[in-house]
Amino acid sequence: MLLHPAIISLVTGSLLVSGMLLYASYYGLKIIRKWNLLSGSEVQLGLERRTYLISTLMINAMAFQLLSLFLFIYTADRMAPLFVGAMCAAGTLKVNIWGYPTLLLKIINWLLAGIWLILNYTDNRGYDYPLIRKKYAALLFMAPLMLVETAAQAAYFLQMQPAVITSCCGTLFTSDAEGVTAGIVGLPKTPVEIAFYGGMFLTLAVGVIYCIKGKLGYPYALLSLFASVISAVALISFISLYFYELPTHHCPFCILQKEYGFVGYPLYFALLGGAVTGVGGAMIMPFRGRKSLAEVIPRIQRGLAVISVSCFALFSMIVVAGIALSNLRLR
Amino acid sequence: MRVIEKHRNILDFTLSSLARRKGKNLSLVFVYTFVVFLIASVTFFTHSLKTEAEVILRDAPEMMVQRLVAGRHDLIPMSYMDTIRQIRGVQSVTSRLWGYYFDPTNGANYTLLVKPEEHSTSGTILVGRGVARSVRSKQTGTIPFKTYDGSYLFLRIKEVFTAESELANADLILISEADFKRLFAYPDGYATDLVLHVRNANELPTIATKITHLLPDTRPILREEIVRTYDAVFSWRGGLVIVVLLGVVLAFFILAWEKATGLSAEERREIGILKGLGWETTDVLFMKFWEGAVISLSAFFLGILCAYGHVFFTSSMLFEPALKGWSVIYPDFRLTPVISAYQISTLFFLTVLPYTVATIVPAWRAATVDPDTVMRA
Repeated sequence: MLLHPAIISLVTGSLLVSGMLLYASYYGLKIIRKWNLLSGSEVQLGLERRTYLISTLMINAMAFQLLSLFLFIYTADRMAPLFVGAMCAAGTLKVNIWGYPTLLLKIINWLLAGIWLILNYTDNRGYDYPLIRKKYAALLFMAPLMLVETAAQAAYFLQMQPAVITSCCGTLFTSDAEGVTAGIVGLPKTPVEIAFYGGMFLTLAVGVIYCIKGKLGYPYALLSLFASVISAVALISFISLYFYELPTHHCPFCILQKEYGFVGYPLYFALLGGAVTGVGGAMIMPFRGRKSLAEVIPRIQRGLAVISVSCFALFSMIVVAGIALSNLRLR
Repeated sequence: MRVIEKHRNILDFTLSSLARRKGKNLSLVFVYTFVVFLIASVTFFTHSLKTEAEVILRDAPEMMVQRLVAGRHDLIPMSYMDTIRQIRGVQSVTSRLWGYYFDPTNGANYTLLVKPEEHSTSGTILVGRGVARSVRSKQTGTIPFKTYDGSYLFLRIKEVFTAESELANADLILISEADFKRLFAYPDGYATDLVLHVRNANELPTIATKITHLLPDTRPILREEIVRTYDAVFSWRGGLVIVVLLGVVLAFFILAWEKATGLSAEERREIGILKGLGWETTDVLFMKFWEGAVISLSAFFLGILCAYGHVFFTSSMLFEPALKGWSVIYPDFRLTPVISAYQISTLFFLTVLPYTVATIVPAWRAATVDPDTVMRA
């Protein structure tokens, strides 16, 4: 199966990103051990220069990671006709045990890379590199995850057997199946609807207050995390039904298809963007007390909040429009 | 706004700096474009062939049933139709008569098909454009066929199919049932194969299993299986060519790395002066980023445009023999242009990503030069 153009590009991309992260980690380790801002030694100057390189590498790695997440889902979707029983990415990912773990790792790694870049951006604004050790420790935590993702992805593509009979999304995303998704599908609709609309409204309201007045930072961070999770749950539980206009189809992948106007892409972009900026804002909150960051952090947080609120607002608008224009009525 | 203004200025400077080293940069863009062009051509070509196959097969019957004798395809008795009709869920069963005819006068193979609803007049035939091109006796409009008993059968061309469907019917001849049976000395009560229409597509696999149980000497073939095979074969062929091309890609990235690492004394001085004037390391890195973006995007889009022309206007003359296959009657077809974001992102991953990775470290090296040492040198 490896001789599919998209698979070749995904594997090449992951290998290159892993290489970049390994390189960055090697110097990250050196920085953790030898960093001393007070010293004017050649080693210290060299390390200070390296920080620029690592930032650039990480920005590139994250951009590619985001692209590869969507390319991976799209490739899985496109390959569905090759497997008996698969009708979209849901079935293709189930072809062997590596499909879903790879997808999950890709999402986690992207979120982590996003948060790391926010940390890095904040650190670069302080004149005395206040977060340098923390951010490189975080990098050392991320690199193995990235390597595991590359290995899982390679295993997934290598072990693909086109003759395998896999499940179609119609059977994977039903309440009769087992696992987390079945639990989500089986949830009663009304409480999920209330949690989604209520949670989103509260998040947006607190977000707007935060953007304007700079107050309620922590509650907003918590709410944005909650909004991301509940949106993902609501998407499977009831939102997808309106987009498909089918009361039984809960698949989170079919909305990425042409038949539904690729509406899944803006939805997931908004959700991931909202989550990473919302949580990222909270992650830098504890460093507000640092002298060199006291003025910088509120500014960064406000910027992040504006992006996060816009992302959630976009998500809500697409959902509301989709439900309003749908021919399906669940009541 | 200030950020945009800053980047606009840096971009402005980058463009003028690129223009100052026209020769070096143009040669890089040229080679880069060529690499993108090669890979894009393969991707576009295989993708359109896949789409074409899908479109053609959309109207194909959902299931075909063939009889096997000693593992080979054989004529199927018409009595099998009644057995199949009994299976619940089968909407209709029809028999088909078709075969191949080798024309020794020009070495071509024709596909002969009986389609009573479209053509039933004895003595005349409907032919594909490929057939019409290859027949010698164009003036008379008659093709001589040598029948299986040694006599000759002269059939007049009544009509030639339109060009739109050429890929599917270049070598096709529609013939009446009587002429078909005479030509091949075809036994009565037999057909080449049977085609089924099924009410619910989800039942296809079950019906196929039932057929193999009831009629163990038959082989049901699903349309889905054919589509899947085409998809796999074209993806595999495309992937194979890309793997071969990866050598070229690798060579290019070594070149890119070399070019980016080997900064000329003049360039080093330029960066030294910029830093001396107050540019920060990040500003120089931004400049290098814009430089890479300008080169990459120009080459990427130029390469894609060239590949588009190559595949859809010249029917990809460079790859045709390797990817398409050959035959005496080859359909002369123009592929329908199909380009998707999926192909573009695959291409992006195969070309721009490696280029970017290859130039990050050299760019950083350039950006962190010490202005003092450079200006003194």
